[in-house]
Amino acid sequence: MDLYQELILDHSKHPQHAGLREPFGAESHHVNTSCGDEITLRVEIKGDGDAAVIKDVSYDSIGCSISVASASMLAENLIGHTLGEAQQVFGATRTMLTSKGQEAGDEDVIGDAVALAGVAKYPARVKCAMLSWSALQDSLGKLGHDLTGAAASPSKENPS
Amino acid sequence: MPDASFDAARVKQDFPLLARRVRDDRPLVYLDSGATSQSPEAVITAEGDFYRTVNAAVHRGAHQLSEEATDAYEGARETIASFIGASPNDIVYTKNATEALNLVAYAFSNAAAPGAMEGVRPEIAQKFALAPGDEIVVTAMEHHANLVPWQELARRTGATFRWIEITDEGIVDLASAREVIGERTKVVAFTQVSNVLGTVNPVQQITALARGAGALVVLDACQSVPHMPVDVADLDVDFLAFSGHKMLGPTGIGVLWGRHELLEAMPPFITGGSMIEIVKLEGSTFAPPPQRFEAGTPNAAQAVGLAAACDYLTALGMENVRRHEQELIRHTLDGLAARPWVRVLGPLDPRERLGAVAFVVQDVHPHDVGQILDDAGVAIRTGHHCAWPLHRRLGAVASSRVSFNVYSTVDDVEAFLAALDRVPTVFGLEV
Repeated sequence: MDLYQELILDHSKHPQHAGLREPFGAESHHVNTSCGDEITLRVEIKGDGDAAVIKDVSYDSIGCSISVASASMLAENLIGHTLGEAQQVFGATRTMLTSKGQEAGDEDVIGDAVALAGVAKYPARVKCAMLSWSALQDSLGKLGHDLTGAAASPSKENPS
Repeated sequence: MPDASFDAARVKQDFPLLARRVRDDRPLVYLDSGATSQSPEAVITAEGDFYRTVNAAVHRGAHQLSEEATDAYEGARETIASFIGASPNDIVYTKNATEALNLVAYAFSNAAAPGAMEGVRPEIAQKFALAPGDEIVVTAMEHHANLVPWQELARRTGATFRWIEITDEGIVDLASAREVIGERTKVVAFTQVSNVLGTVNPVQQITALARGAGALVVLDACQSVPHMPVDVADLDVDFLAFSGHKMLGPTGIGVLWGRHELLEAMPPFITGGSMIEIVKLEGSTFAPPPQRFEAGTPNAAQAVGLAAACDYLTALGMENVRRHEQELIRHTLDGLAARPWVRVLGPLDPRERLGAVAFVVQDVHPHDVGQILDDAGVAIRTGHHCAWPLHRRLGAVASSRVSFNVYSTVDDVEAFLAALDRVPTVFGLEV
């Protein structure tokens, strides 16, 4: 079946940047209550605003191939990149995953995560693919950063 | 050999949904009946006919429709009662088993309110009196529905929440039960059949221990009533809860059976219309059971649908149903035993099981197993099946579960096993 792309299986069997490391600025533990998948994710950033650099993303993930591969791709995509770039990757990944299969995903922006495009056709699995992202969003929030980029958008300045 | 009089392939034809196709036009192989079962045409028609012909609020209204709706609703109660050997007065309609179990749990905390047990015989009233030092006992294999309400009851009352351990084979450890159940025990709540493992529990032995301690016994019968003959007179428990949608009936209807003297003593859970005797601005009194526990306009059409499901099952014969499903379990266990990359959770003897077989595939997460099966049109459940502590106890993050009902066939099991064989291929397992 086309869901299980080779890239997904590779990442799930050999998750990149796996394991919990120090130093870290914030840590979050998220659970997918429907299937019991769990992730503990740490993030270390340096600098301020959107130019802040993600020095490290480390994680301990117990879950299905989709959730483990997604965490691996997340770490690979973000480590060494700025928060502004992370917002772009997050936005593009989320758009692809929630498109019900309409968006193929841009490899230039989300890298290996394009292999997750097939997940969008299975609503129950979107949660698995988003688990690491929701943990990251939460961790960044603890550090006063917004992964959605909403803080910088004009709509936030003029709340209705 | 399956009972010659029980032709599951013929039975299957009574279930319109099972004829549909899924995922690229593949025939549906439905093996998730433990989560929710499908309904035969007879049930769907009964529910629909209620709306088509007699729909009105029951127990009120001075018109013919209301009378007929009430007759249908109360007639359904008689049918459901007789299905489990009970008196209709001791059958309380709830929206599901979860509500039924909460109804009992809340009777304990509501009994503590001033005046709540006025006029109740002291020896009955004291059964519902929970205080610090008292103990609430469940087993480690409970569905969250028969676990969380008791944890919460302990939290509200200061009572201690305890559990009976299970063995590595997924059977209630009677030595642990003897140790845990004692003179401080006020209530023992456990399942007759595990929703994950299918283990059939020794109800009599656990109940005898609870009786010895003077504790009330609450039985979760969600996974037994649909699959085997259940008679409350034989069981000697105090309360028994089950859900309509797991026994070919509609969603939105469940049942609590309780001993009459206990139901009579219990304060209401949800209050409002239909459950009152006299209402004054200064205060209200309540109707006798079962009405006391049926506040608001009830799910009458669903009650009628559930009664139709009971009639359908009675016509099949519950002993035949049990024999048929045990044959399917035997077939499934044999098939899985031939696949060394599969670990079956729970007892390996089909006679100790009913309804379900849970398993894990080495190095492949259950969610991924479920996805591969779904791709072949085989619907199973994956995850912790609302029994997270049980999975922790058995050392599994989660599991895959196939579960059966009357319409499940040996062909379904074969289709499942064939689809399962794709898992090692997709995930590159060495087998």
